[in-house]
Amino acid sequence: KSLCYTYSALLFTYLSQPTVIASHGLTDEQKEFQKVAFDFAANEMAPHMAEWDQKEIFPVETMRKAAQLGFGGIYVQPDVGGSGLSRLDTSIIFEALSTGCVSTTAYISIHNMCAWMIDSYGNKEQREKFCPDLCSMEKFASYCLTEPGSGSDAASLLTSAQRKGDHYILNGSKAFISGGGDTDVYVVMCRTGGKGPKGISFGKKEKKVGWNSQPTRAVIFEDCAVPVANRLGEEGQGFNIAMKGLNGGRINIASCSLGAAHASVQLARDHLLVRKQFGETLSNNQFLQFKLAEMATKLVASRLLIREAAQALQEDRPDAVAICSMAKLFATDECFNICNQALQMHGGYGYLKDYAVQQFVRDIRVHQILEGTNEVMRMIISRNLLSES
Amino acid sequence: MSGRVLVGVKRVIDYAVKIRVKPDNTGVVTDGVKHSMNPFCEIAVEEAVKLKEKKLIKEVVAVSCGPQQSQETIRTALAMGADRGIHVDVSGKDYENLGPLQVSKILAALAKQEDAQLILLGKQAIDDDCNQTGQMTAALLDWPQGTFASEVSLEGDKINLVREIDGGLEHIKINTPAVITADLRLNTPRYATLPNIMDSLMNNETELHKPNHRTSLCVGLIPLFETVAPEDMQGGTDRSGAMLRHTVLQSGLGLHTRSLVVFSIGIGKNKTKLGTV
Repeated sequence: KSLCYTYSALLFTYLSQPTVIASHGLTDEQKEFQKVAFDFAANEMAPHMAEWDQKEIFPVETMRKAAQLGFGGIYVQPDVGGSGLSRLDTSIIFEALSTGCVSTTAYISIHNMCAWMIDSYGNKEQREKFCPDLCSMEKFASYCLTEPGSGSDAASLLTSAQRKGDHYILNGSKAFISGGGDTDVYVVMCRTGGKGPKGISFGKKEKKVGWNSQPTRAVIFEDCAVPVANRLGEEGQGFNIAMKGLNGGRINIASCSLGAAHASVQLARDHLLVRKQFGETLSNNQFLQFKLAEMATKLVASRLLIREAAQALQEDRPDAVAICSMAKLFATDECFNICNQALQMHGGYGYLKDYAVQQFVRDIRVHQILEGTNEVMRMIISRNLLSES
Repeated sequence: MSGRVLVGVKRVIDYAVKIRVKPDNTGVVTDGVKHSMNPFCEIAVEEAVKLKEKKLIKEVVAVSCGPQQSQETIRTALAMGADRGIHVDVSGKDYENLGPLQVSKILAALAKQEDAQLILLGKQAIDDDCNQTGQMTAALLDWPQGTFASEVSLEGDKINLVREIDGGLEHIKINTPAVITADLRLNTPRYATLPNIMDSLMNNETELHKPNHRTSLCVGLIPLFETVAPEDMQGGTDRSGAMLRHTVLQSGLGLHTRSLVVFSIGIGKNKTKLGTV
């Protein structure tokens, strides 16, 4: 526990390194957002991140506190309770929150994505019914796209929704749903015009390598009746909406990786200055100096790419989809390597759960897989490059 | 009663930063170093905002004396719930010479200008640990002071205060207008919320004041400190107080009246710390 406190104190010292400082080039407003997020991460999240991981606690109260500050619907419109900020503001906030706990921040980002989807594609009634509670985190949300038989090939999903009067009857199951079983609002991608039990039930809680502060379960629909009034957008528009949601989701997940890498560079740096072998501190070892330099360089590069992608998405630029995919691909890969290297620099201690660095490694490993695997990212980018138009 | 509270907020090096001395030994490195609002000032702002929420006061005005960057500190106060900001622009050499005496003169002048009912300050700043500004401000205004406050409650035109003192807790009742300085356990400062940050920055209600002879904030910013290296001493010197006082006065340092000079003389590992002269 004492190490966790040391870790949260370290979070503040981090910001005094000019080279890797996270607030360069930001507006005054953005710097204030970032400050609040860093403070919240250091005070409310970092002291608990190890406990949340080991006991698999879904930290509802802490997330509600975050929502009170406006983190429940960061890019949702203010008229339904959101904070109305930009994608770049959002990226900055998630990057900072991640230094406190990646798993919890990643779930908050998924929750935000669901709230945004209803805000953007819902009609007046849907927005007013769902968004305020989601923005305050009175209710929590899950995003249900992946199925046992369709992960990367999302378009081949089978969950069906058959129209019966003023209800759709859902049949099928979703897999790996973050928050599944503990959340209240499920945004489900399903196939209308196809075929389709007695409602919604959940599989067992999955045992994961990381992301342990949020439960993951299969979501099973058996003749589950959902009012037609709850359909977002038009029939057939769902795939489009899902993909649009994922663009932002990819920036968010990449931002979470960034926060973890940022924290890991700090932890590694501080360890090198303290740990002695062969009569001197590790920081005098040229290989480690060079390795740290490479880590910091990749961190800054990842950050710049993510912020550029956030800008592109905000401005709805033609290259937005490609650049979001590039940011997700590059940042999640590089940041995982950074965290992994940081663990290596800790030597045997890096492998102990008493030290935070192993949790960062475990938590962000999955970022290379979900929200579109990094292989799918390559598909999207190459398609964009090779298209004739 | 105007119902207006002035809260002094100071921009200091962040508490968690590792301080480094400048190579020329004239001070500490501040360039590129993370700064934030003095933690005790945060507690003062929180208390002021709480009083406003309880409708016991009407307006919270955050004041900071310093260079351009002090506006960041005022912004944080606005984001926490202050209504208005006043930035007293003091930069360069003047800023290096800015200490509690000058700040308290500025605050006293502003309190009269703004018709303040209450001045809330942190008990001390974490960079200089002077613990003087509140007391000096009260003396200049001839107002009662409640320092090291751990509990504040307004009762009509009087204030009930609990002070943390060496012997324990002291309960006092003082009249308004008054100066209160916040101690650690007065409250837990809130986080600024995203909407508050946006509101405060959009409205940007920070006035700029320049203290000079043309304004009421005419404050002499003469240097009160001079840092000197100790002379090399031979072994066997009599270190009694009288002897050293004599040596100091003889050395002819330009001492201003009522200034404090602290010496520390060291020979190798043995450092003798002297008190004030």
